[in-house]
Amino acid sequence: LMDRLKLVLQYFQSNSESISNGICIILSLISVKLYTSFDFNCPCLPQYNKMYALGVMFVPPIILFLLGVLVNRHTGVLMEEWVRPLGKRTKNPAVVKFLLSSMLQRSFLAPMVWILMTLLDGKCFICAFSMNVDPKYFTGIPNSTGLELIKIMAKVPCKEDVIFKNSSFRKAVSRYVRCYSQAIGWSILLFFIFLGAVGRVLKPCFNHATFLQTRYWSNYLDIEQKLFDETCVLHARDFARKCVMQFFESMQEDVTVRMPLSSAFRPSTIHNEYEEEEEERLHGITRQDQVDHLLQTWYECKPEPGAMMPGWRIFHLHRM
Amino acid sequence: MDKFRMMAQILQSNQESFMNGICGVMALASAQLYTSFEFNCPCIPEYNYSYGISMLVIPPIWFFLLGFVLNNNVSMLAEEWKRPVGQRRKDPAVMRYMCVSISQRSLIAPAVWISVTLMDGKSFLCAYSMDLDMSEFGKNVSGHGLSQEDLLRTLAKIPCKHIYDGQHILSREAATRYICCISQAFGWLFLLIITIAAFLIRAIRPCFTQAAFLKTKYWSHYVDTERKVFDETCTEHAKGFAKICIKQYFEGISGEIQSFHDNLHGDDSDDEDDKPATEEDKLMGVRRLDTMNKVLWDWHTCKPPLTLRKPGDASTGQNGDCSMNANKSQDGNVSDKTDLNEGQNGFKHGYLNPGLDIGQSELGKEYDNASFSIEQNGFTNKHSNASTSQNGLMNGCVSSPSNTQKKAWAVYYSKV
Repeated sequence: LMDRLKLVLQYFQSNSESISNGICIILSLISVKLYTSFDFNCPCLPQYNKMYALGVMFVPPIILFLLGVLVNRHTGVLMEEWVRPLGKRTKNPAVVKFLLSSMLQRSFLAPMVWILMTLLDGKCFICAFSMNVDPKYFTGIPNSTGLELIKIMAKVPCKEDVIFKNSSFRKAVSRYVRCYSQAIGWSILLFFIFLGAVGRVLKPCFNHATFLQTRYWSNYLDIEQKLFDETCVLHARDFARKCVMQFFESMQEDVTVRMPLSSAFRPSTIHNEYEEEEEERLHGITRQDQVDHLLQTWYECKPEPGAMMPGWRIFHLHRM
Repeated sequence: MDKFRMMAQILQSNQESFMNGICGVMALASAQLYTSFEFNCPCIPEYNYSYGISMLVIPPIWFFLLGFVLNNNVSMLAEEWKRPVGQRRKDPAVMRYMCVSISQRSLIAPAVWISVTLMDGKSFLCAYSMDLDMSEFGKNVSGHGLSQEDLLRTLAKIPCKHIYDGQHILSREAATRYICCISQAFGWLFLLIITIAAFLIRAIRPCFTQAAFLKTKYWSHYVDTERKVFDETCTEHAKGFAKICIKQYFEGISGEIQSFHDNLHGDDSDDEDDKPATEEDKLMGVRRLDTMNKVLWDWHTCKPPLTLRKPGDASTGQNGDCSMNANKSQDGNVSDKTDLNEGQNGFKHGYLNPGLDIGQSELGKEYDNASFSIEQNGFTNKHSNASTSQNGLMNGCVSSPSNTQKKAWAVYYSKV
């Protein structure tokens, strides 16, 4: 079981794009579930219908969009790259733009799902625009109640109202408005699919080489941040272990323990390889101020990537 | 390296994903509790408002506190807050970070409850049905012939379908729809506000104080890890302690003190240290009840500084001020200490300590007990090879700990 878990973890964490896609899809499913469980409740009053319906159609997408931006990993990478001081590493605005566009694309999916669902379902549209329908195209309008026309039309979305009993007027108007709503919904869907297809097909025609470079470097930034966090975690663990061990050992009142004596006194030499590995993982950072300095420098003065690698200079020149 | 990467991933993902998992479970529990809860508006003018509003407000408070209870980091935060300064200064930024992250996680379930309640509308309806403005419905405000009190009582019955008797005055469905609509508007507004707040905090924060944030994140994670490692080490220590104690007891009873002893006497090869040494090593030199108590006491009252010694440094002197207290307590016992180191050919001075010492044996065999007595303490005797040549101490010398420690401090500080 552990092996399988390891495999799954490895797969997901190695590919940050697949994680982002997964989260995006989950958010869309949440959006669908939220819509189906939401109890749409048109007020059926002339002054409030439009406000309510348009609110329901547009406020949840804003919320879903902000949520999408929040849970996306690239947001953190993007913000950090944008606001960091220059340090030793030049900033590449193309990378920032790429990250921004990929993040926005993913975050727009859940809001679009919500909007499309409201349009295809039709309730919002009926609530908002039933008052704009011209009733003379429909028969059976209940004009014996003494209410104004607009009030009657405003009551169309509400099924249980008494004035519409025994009349097919309400259903007719609802069907008419829903038909409009679905038409708009399908055309928006078609438009976006078309846009996506065209974009996909035409993208390699423009600046493909630059695109490859920016995609690589944005991926690199993501991985670098992850690796840094992992290294910090490992370092913290080794630091803690050593600190605790030395705390225990210091409780002895003996100074001879560490003296170069006969082996009988030494704490066992068996630990030496393990200790060496631990020392290596600590990378010589063994004090609080060293750790603080390291973290401060990481932010303020990021090193040049691959500065030690041969051939970096050449590649850099080519990019200019 | 791959193994360590995997370990780091699991460690990190474990801690965060565990907390996120609890968060998600509580949010689902909150939604489920709402749906299974049978809302029961009293439909009486005096009680409607209190019932409605308390249904909106009290369960979130309860969920918030439950979030604190279920969060392991709360006790860590409290410990870090209350501990004496010791040798490690306290960082208020770390404590603030821990507090904020705990609160953020605990706020999710209450937010879910409040938004579900507002979307559903029942509690709003119950609380505000009496404040309904009849002119919204185009009804004539005074054309119904009811006194004010009767009107209120009728309006209060709006949430209850089966007992509403004012259908001729005001349609119940219309009023319900109206109030539910307002309630849902408030619900969406609430969600929008908290989402914008979360967005500002998380997405805009890197613009400010990013370096400080990295630091506090690292150190708060470190405090958590250190606590876990300490607990693990104590468990390992207890195991080793128990094993050796029991083994020595059996050997003491049977009168045969075999393999353990032999290895210590043998100075022919180092390899023989391997087997008993692993358990000895788990003890890390802490082999007495009062020493272990001191370890546990000082862990809270006087945490060690965040500075590791390089191997080869003197071991004592690490605990500067705190060991003064230890010295005082040990001065009282100083006469009790035996002062032999292991590996000696069994010379003993003084006598054995009472209490839970490894090596305490009822046989009182001078020769043998001494060799596995106590920790390698600072008191050596003349015959011992292990005497610190630097000060050639006599056993039982009260000043010796402070002397060795002072010298050790000098060595330590010169190396740092």
